[in-house]
Amino acid sequence: MVESPSMTLPLAPARPLTALAAASRDVAAARLVALGDAARLVFRGREAAIGPAGEAFGVALPRESCRFNAAGGRFAFWLGPDEWLLLAPGAEAAPIFAAIEAATSGLPHSLVDVSARSVGIEIAGERAAFVLNQGNPLDLSLDAFPVGMCTRTVFHKAEIVLVRHAPDVFHIDVWRSFAPYVWELLEDARRELA
Amino acid sequence: MLIITCPWCGARPEVEFRYGGEAHIARPADPSALTDQEWADFLYNRTNPKGLHAERWRHIHGCGRYFNALRDTVSDFFVTTYKAGEPRPDIDASSGGNP
Ligand SMILES: [Zn+2]
Repeated sequence: MVESPSMTLPLAPARPLTALAAASRDVAAARLVALGDAARLVFRGREAAIGPAGEAFGVALPRESCRFNAAGGRFAFWLGPDEWLLLAPGAEAAPIFAAIEAATSGLPHSLVDVSARSVGIEIAGERAAFVLNQGNPLDLSLDAFPVGMCTRTVFHKAEIVLVRHAPDVFHIDVWRSFAPYVWELLEDARRELA
Repeated sequence: MLIITCPWCGARPEVEFRYGGEAHIARPADPSALTDQEWADFLYNRTNPKGLHAERWRHIHGCGRYFNALRDTVSDFFVTTYKAGEPRPDIDASSGGNP
């Protein structure tokens, strides 16, 4: 019996922002970029599993609230006291998943491949925080939201993960079905900018 | 906008939270041993005070944790917040008030 290819191929990554990004205006003060595919895993676990999971991923899982660690182009975002989003841009999820499962075997935890669930948007430029604040009520001053901070929050009515990589560079991770909504509201917020 | 202090994440806007009802209500260990009135009290009857109220909140669009808060139901002022599992802080209504 011949298996149809669709039975063995993984789901194609969703790219809901392709058309919007292609038609997007370049605004230097708040550039918008639809980020490429990435492996995304959500790890939840108790004390004993946290260290080994970070070691297997290659990035120690941060224990401080609302902070992320980065190493070798990978990121571990603190989402809650027992919950992390592991992001590996351009990587396949399966080998990372297998490595973490091997390292945490027998230890209570959960690991879920959510690579297809969300997409990334970068917003960068000197007015990036201003644009984000059109739909997000957090204090985005560097004192209150420093470089290295990440958190789940909201953008208008959509839940997002917001990350500050540099004073003027933010990463948004948003569920893919909400992504066009967030993108178009970001576009709307920066209409007044040259 | 009302600011609520999550015990994990710090001061955050109200829109990131969901209300979770009165705090410190333990589910009876042996429900079948209760009278109908006792079971109804557990399910439905709440203190509904005018003044300080210990209540559950969830930082649903943040860390996802449930925690407890002491809020003044007259002024809507959050006197304090504390992690789930911790005892209700020994604060009386006179230390609450408007911000
Ligand atoms: Zn929180």
